[in-house]
Amino acid sequence: MTIQAASDALVSLNGVNKHYGQLHVLKDINLQVKKGEVVVVIGPSGSGKSTLCRAINRLETIDTGEISIDGKKLPEEGKELALLRADVGMVFQSFNLFAHKTILENVTLGPIKVKKLDKATADKDAMALLERVGVGQQAPKMPAQLSGGQQQRVAIARALAMKPKVMLFDEPTSALDPEMINEVLDVMVQLAKEGMTMIVVTHEMGFARKAADRVVFMADGQIVEDAKPEEFFTNPQSNRAKDFLSKLLTH
Amino acid sequence: MNTLLNNSDLFITGFRNTLILFFFAGIFALILGTIVATLRVSPIPAMRAAATLYINVVRNTPLTLVLFFFALGYPKLGLVEIDFMTAATVGLSLYTATYVAEAVRSGINTVPVGQAEAARAIGLPFTQTLTLVILPQAFRAVIPPMFSVFIALLKNTTVAAGFSVAEAGAIRSNLSERGEPAMAGLLWVALIFVLLVFILSFVQRKLEKKWKVAR
Repeated sequence: MTIQAASDALVSLNGVNKHYGQLHVLKDINLQVKKGEVVVVIGPSGSGKSTLCRAINRLETIDTGEISIDGKKLPEEGKELALLRADVGMVFQSFNLFAHKTILENVTLGPIKVKKLDKATADKDAMALLERVGVGQQAPKMPAQLSGGQQQRVAIARALAMKPKVMLFDEPTSALDPEMINEVLDVMVQLAKEGMTMIVVTHEMGFARKAADRVVFMADGQIVEDAKPEEFFTNPQSNRAKDFLSKLLTH
Repeated sequence: MNTLLNNSDLFITGFRNTLILFFFAGIFALILGTIVATLRVSPIPAMRAAATLYINVVRNTPLTLVLFFFALGYPKLGLVEIDFMTAATVGLSLYTATYVAEAVRSGINTVPVGQAEAARAIGLPFTQTLTLVILPQAFRAVIPPMFSVFIALLKNTTVAAGFSVAEAGAIRSNLSERGEPAMAGLLWVALIFVLLVFILSFVQRKLEKKWKVAR
């Protein structure tokens, strides 16, 4: 990786290592994501892809190496880290909508408390976002009253409300019933088309083919392949990736 | 009934003091207990240790000893002078706060870790994650044990009678001085306590209904 390429990266991981006790979950990870790029991270369970995703906004700490976002090194805990996290949207596998707040309040909490927007503006922006992901009708309801697919779309709206520079998706469809997966993927494809920088950990190969600029294949804590989707799916270089893909195709 | 009506002055002063003690000690215990609970889950080891020490020392001390310390021991320390009523409020607050803290802590433990992660991910700092996301859900989860703590506090106010605070628990001895039958006096005091606790339970049911968190 040349210095030139590293400097125009929006998200940049250099020599990142992490252990859970004896287990080496991230092994010398180097990854650069440019503005507007959609990178899909795939790999078998336990390959470290979720940990990688969560390390980018420091929900997981790392042992060595460096992570920077838009040229700024990820700060230690504290006010600065909170500010940086506001620039990084995150969507979780289990939605994690605030259970005691309405759908609308879920989306406006960040803009009001972190961005200090007045309530009227925040409400207006939030309603526009909820309409955009197709759940405007649900605004006054509580999260538990919505289906999983609707909750996940609200979670995307909540992240977008902070106007993030990059969006992280940590297996956003893995907890969903099959018929709800598409309504979430559609929103993500739309987002990708609009030029959002995205890092998506997923098992949805369809999404990877359709929306990804690059596919990163991880196994045993390492990045094994980093290629364009059609290149990766039609002509994987490593045995590990060939093995993984063959297992997907047998069903 | 005559015992109650002929000595209504005693009953009114007694229960007024009980309610004043309950009200102030309740509020202070709620605030202090919540702070101590958050210290117990704080990422800083020294804070956790301090909170744990406070809870273990005060909660394991009989209430009578805590109150006697403030009535008899505290004045000897030569600090700011306080009257018995204030001393009783402080003692009851410090004692009850330990129970509040443990109730709140168990509530914090019921809130899924993903809630805090989501709050941090939208850029909320630690204190706001706690006050806007974690604690509101924690309180909703612990209304029943919390009200048990407050019902205990209401009844514990009678212990303050032991050192010259004329609250409800002191009514009986004052009645015997007036030559009233002790049994009748005791029964009336008990009945009024039952009524007060009944009101608390009613508030508890209302709150439980209003604050039900569906997951």
